[in-house]
Amino acid sequence: MAIKKFAVACYDDEEVLFPAVKKVRHSGYKMHDVYTPFPVHGLDQAMGLKETDLHVAGFIYGIAGTATALGFMGWIFTSDWPMVFGGKPHFALPAFIPITFELTVLFSAVGMVLTFCYLNQIMPGVKKHLFHPRQTDDLFVMAVELNDQVTEQEVIEFLKTTGAVETSVQNAETEWWYGRWDKEEDYQLAGS
Amino acid sequence: MNERFEIPARLKTTSLVLMIIGVVTLLIGAFTLLNSHAANHEIMHAEKTRFWIVLLHNSVFFLLITVACVFIQAAVSLAQGGWLIAYKRVPEAIGANVWIFGLITMIILFLIAFVFNIDGHNPIYHWVHPEGDKILEGKSGFLNPAMFVGFTVATIGLWSFFGRKFRAISIDQESAPKNATKNYWKTIRWSGAFLVVYALTQMSTTPWMWIMSIDAHWYSTMFSWYTWASAFVTGMSVILLIVVYLKNQGNLEIVTKEHIHDLGKFMFAFSIFWTYVWFDQYMLIWYANISEETTYFKIRQQGPYGLIWYATFVINFIMPILILMSRPSKRNYFTVSFMALVLIFGHWLDFYIMTMPGPLGEHWHLSWYELGIFAGFIGLFIYTVANSLTKASLIPNNHPLLKEALLHQS
Repeated sequence: MAIKKFAVACYDDEEVLFPAVKKVRHSGYKMHDVYTPFPVHGLDQAMGLKETDLHVAGFIYGIAGTATALGFMGWIFTSDWPMVFGGKPHFALPAFIPITFELTVLFSAVGMVLTFCYLNQIMPGVKKHLFHPRQTDDLFVMAVELNDQVTEQEVIEFLKTTGAVETSVQNAETEWWYGRWDKEEDYQLAGS
Repeated sequence: MNERFEIPARLKTTSLVLMIIGVVTLLIGAFTLLNSHAANHEIMHAEKTRFWIVLLHNSVFFLLITVACVFIQAAVSLAQGGWLIAYKRVPEAIGANVWIFGLITMIILFLIAFVFNIDGHNPIYHWVHPEGDKILEGKSGFLNPAMFVGFTVATIGLWSFFGRKFRAISIDQESAPKNATKNYWKTIRWSGAFLVVYALTQMSTTPWMWIMSIDAHWYSTMFSWYTWASAFVTGMSVILLIVVYLKNQGNLEIVTKEHIHDLGKFMFAFSIFWTYVWFDQYMLIWYANISEETTYFKIRQQGPYGLIWYATFVINFIMPILILMSRPSKRNYFTVSFMALVLIFGHWLDFYIMTMPGPLGEHWHLSWYELGIFAGFIGLFIYTVANSLTKASLIPNNHPLLKEALLHQS
């Protein structure tokens, strides 16, 4: 749990947002995140986010599924409870392949969904600080982290020159929490 | 920008040399294999059969590749996809030559069915003389000479027609006003018609007639899907190789890694699809274990063809899944080109194992004759496709989706 101070700038058009994101990156201020009402193509490159490693996780889950299926079926049919089906060998690999395939897909799909939720901190019941109520509606919201090397006024002035229609300074919880929205107020009171 | 392709002297020499190799191999084959005087009658018959079956293997393989290139273009047009437009002249140039490979295939198929026979019976298409064979007599409603001629002529005629039609419409667009959509909609209508034709021929019946009927007692309803998957992967690999070659020559500058990535995805995805169909066909027969069905796999998997059988599996499944799965490797020109070459050879082997075991049994070879004829067909393919590529601007300047293709990101 960490409360930090942010300068928040709101933009009403993505054509203003893109140059603003670039200017903030070049200025050296620390950009916390950008919130948009819909996925904006190319914004991740503009923000300088690195390519996700989600697919690596997916590959590992898939291999885990393959190993689970083959290992489990192999163990059951060779040592735990050997049975003869249609005169086939106990370790009947071709017959195992469809199930192995399904478990591979299942493990990688479910694992990737859960990993995705974990990385993006979205889960039923999980709350995160909203910088602006309209950030899921029609505003593009950028949060810039403030520290002791910069002053509030300086950053706000700079953000206004980039075309922000609305600016504010907020103390916000950076992590997620589980429970009610009003819990954040307690944190904020404690932090300020 | 270098919009027009001129055949470099080296490419022309290469293709001519390959074609000469093919023709010389064919002549030597005609003098040695076809006139085989081996003391052992079984070997003599196998040699004669080998002469024809190799021609069938290669001609059908190349014909199906060229038609697969017409198919991808029709499917993308119908889906109104923009990603192929940047290099649509390449599948078009291949499609414009369907008739050449079609004609060669037709001649070879008819010669095999109606001229080739040893002591009054046909070693490749047993169904030509079904008398006395209960199973073949039962199948004679479908497998008979009249059906064979009708199907072959209709299939090859329609494929050739559509291949040239798409090319003609596309070139007509060059003289139309920029972004005019008349030809665009026209292509979509013809694409719909082609997909119906394609589904009823390549995807369901024609491979039964041409390839599956070599093992006339055996049948599999999945067979055409399986040959289609093979042909489609090879088609995408061929398109990719030509695109990369043109880029190396300084043409097609508008094609970027984004477009290459798409072709890589198709090669990867349909390699998996090929494995799926390949394995399905195998597993159902393995599980049911009925002897008239398992003979087909007995000779291929456990008999003299075992090595090639497992080699096709490794080349066409294990290699793509290990090498092409990651994103960076699909965006690397070297890796995708290398995999394209490997996959073309792998699926050529796959067609090899579809055709050879039936008539040749254990007397199979993979030596000068097989590779020489393969080289000849490669030469002919390069020569004809390169010629077609020179005939029009490589960039479809007036196509309404060109801008979308340029901005494409995958």
